[in-house]
Formats: sequence, C-alpha cells, structure tokens
Amino acid sequence: MRDIHEHSAGEDLVIKTSVRLLVPFIQLFGLYVIVHGHYSPGGGFQGGVILGASFILLALAYDLKTSQDYMPIWANALLGNLGPVIYIGVGALCAIFGGLFLDYSALDVLIPLGPVEWRSFGIFLVEVGVGLAVMSIMLLLYWNLSSGGALDEGL
Amino acid sequence: MIWQLDLLILSLVVICAVVTIQLKDLLGASVVFGIYSFLMCLLWAEMGAVDVAFTEATVGAGVSTIFFIAAILRTTRRSKD
Amino acid sequence: MKALALLATLVTGALLLYGTRDFPAWGDPQAPASAYLSPVYIEKAVEQTHVPNIVTAVLGDYRGYDTMFETVVIYCAGMAVVSVLRRNREE
Repeated sequence: MRDIHEHSAGEDLVIKTSVRLLVPFIQLFGLYVIVHGHYSPGGGFQGGVILGASFILLALAYDLKTSQDYMPIWANALLGNLGPVIYIGVGALCAIFGGLFLDYSALDVLIPLGPVEWRSFGIFLVEVGVGLAVMSIMLLLYWNLSSGGALDEGL
Repeated sequence: MIWQLDLLILSLVVICAVVTIQLKDLLGASVVFGIYSFLMCLLWAEMGAVDVAFTEATVGAGVSTIFFIAAILRTTRRSKD
Repeated sequence: MKALALLATLVTGALLLYGTRDFPAWGDPQAPASAYLSPVYIEKAVEQTHVPNIVTAVLGDYRGYDTMFETVVIYCAGMAVVSVLRRNREE
C-alpha cells in the first residue's frame, strides 16, 4: 500500500485530512448498522451502502487509485460475488439439512443453538451477505461510471 | 402526523420535482434531486417508517446523487431540450 | 400537442386523486393490510425469531425470498454496468 501522503499535490488539504479522519468512523458506523440491524433501524442494505460510500468518499477526495489501494479491484469483485453466495448458500444449507429453503431453524442440527436462536442468527448471516454484495456493487458502479470503464482515473 | 408539517414537506417535494424536470443544468438538477430525496426521507421518518427513511437517505440522497454527478462528468452538463 | 399532453397528465392526476378517496385512512387498524397479517407478525415475531426489530424479522425471515432476489437484482445491475462500460486500457 502506498503512503497516503504521496497524493497531496495540488488538492485541498482540508478536504483530504478531514476525509482521512472521517473514513474509519464511517466504516465503523456501517458495520454497526449491519450488525445492530436486529435491534435498531438498519440492516444489510443500508450498512452496505454506507460502507461503499466510505470508499466512494476516499475516491472523491483523493483519486480512484487511492480507493483501489484500500479496496483492490480483485477483492471488490470477490466480495461482490461472495455476498449472494453467502445468502443463497445459507438458504441451500437449510434445504440440505432437512428444512425448507431459507428456513434457518433447520441449521440446528449443524450447531445446536436452538431453532429460535438459529432463526435470529440466520437473519444475521443473510444480512452480512446482503451488506457485502451491496458494498461492492456500489463501489463498482462508482468506479465504472466516474472513469468511463477504465478504472484508472475519475473525479 | 402533524398536518401543517406534512403540507410543508409535500409542497416542497412537488416544487423540487418540478424544478428537477425543468432545470437545464444537469448538475443542479441532480443536486435538487438530492434535496427531493432528503424531503422524502423526512416524510418517511415522520410517518414512522424509519427503516425506509434510512434507506432513502443513504441510497437516494447519498449514493445516487454521486452516481448522477459521475455520469454527468463523463457525458455533458447541459441538457439539450 | 403540448397542451394535449398537459391535459392528459392533469386528467390522469385527477383520476388518481379521486381513486385515493377509497383508500383506508393512514394507520387505520381496520384496513385490510393491517387486519389480517400484521397482527400475526406483531404478536409472534419476537417469540418466533428473537429479533426485536420487526422490519428486520419480516425482511430476513418471513420474506426471505424477496430479500434474496433483491440482492440478485442489485448484483445483476452491477454486472450490467460492468459489461456495458468496462474496457481495458490497451484497447
């Protein structure tokens, strides 16, 4: 990973410093929204969008290369494919272990937590899948739209 | 539900929608569309649908405005018609 | 032609506004949407899924198929944008 101070030529110092300080907190808030979706407004979709927006903010304040240092293209593609795989995989596991598709209480035979606890935990697994997919797709859309598909330079 | 607040937000929503259609400057139109999304978010939150309001604030006002601006950067800023 | 389009828009808007008069009032407990299925969710969601936020329980568990295909739709949108826009630097 390149040093972040290399990119400071000809751009606004205030914006860059504030974004560098803000991005970890935005990502922490995105994770909180995903994980705490059981108890408060939020969930996989909103948290994924917030996580993706943190990388988009990096790309806006610095350039596309900096955001690709933090989230490489191959990792983004991997996470974007992993999200639907987690969701459909959890559903398929439920079907394999004797329940209906997406009936999380069937996973009780795998790890005995109790059927009701498994329904709560299955919702959490599914939300993580949705969050990963939405985060990478949002970042991918921004990269492709702002650079015209070349993924090298943009806003 | 306070009907005065509802009336204010709804009339602002209509004004923002008309301005978004009528503006020739597409960058300004996308910013006004962001305002429209925030007003809709306020409306959802006021009606008690906090999850929908959260989605509207993140997707409608946050990310989609940035997508519009990125698309304008790669195409043209002035509308033809 | 423009006046005709304006007339069509106004008539359609008036018809839609007239149609909303038959809708139930906001938050009406006797409305069909809140009379049949909503009480079951409100009474049983915490007991059946241990999720205090009923919206999450409905989205993730009772309407799991809906959320799954929502994710697939977003995924397809991303793939469509990539297949239209993405190009390599050499070409």
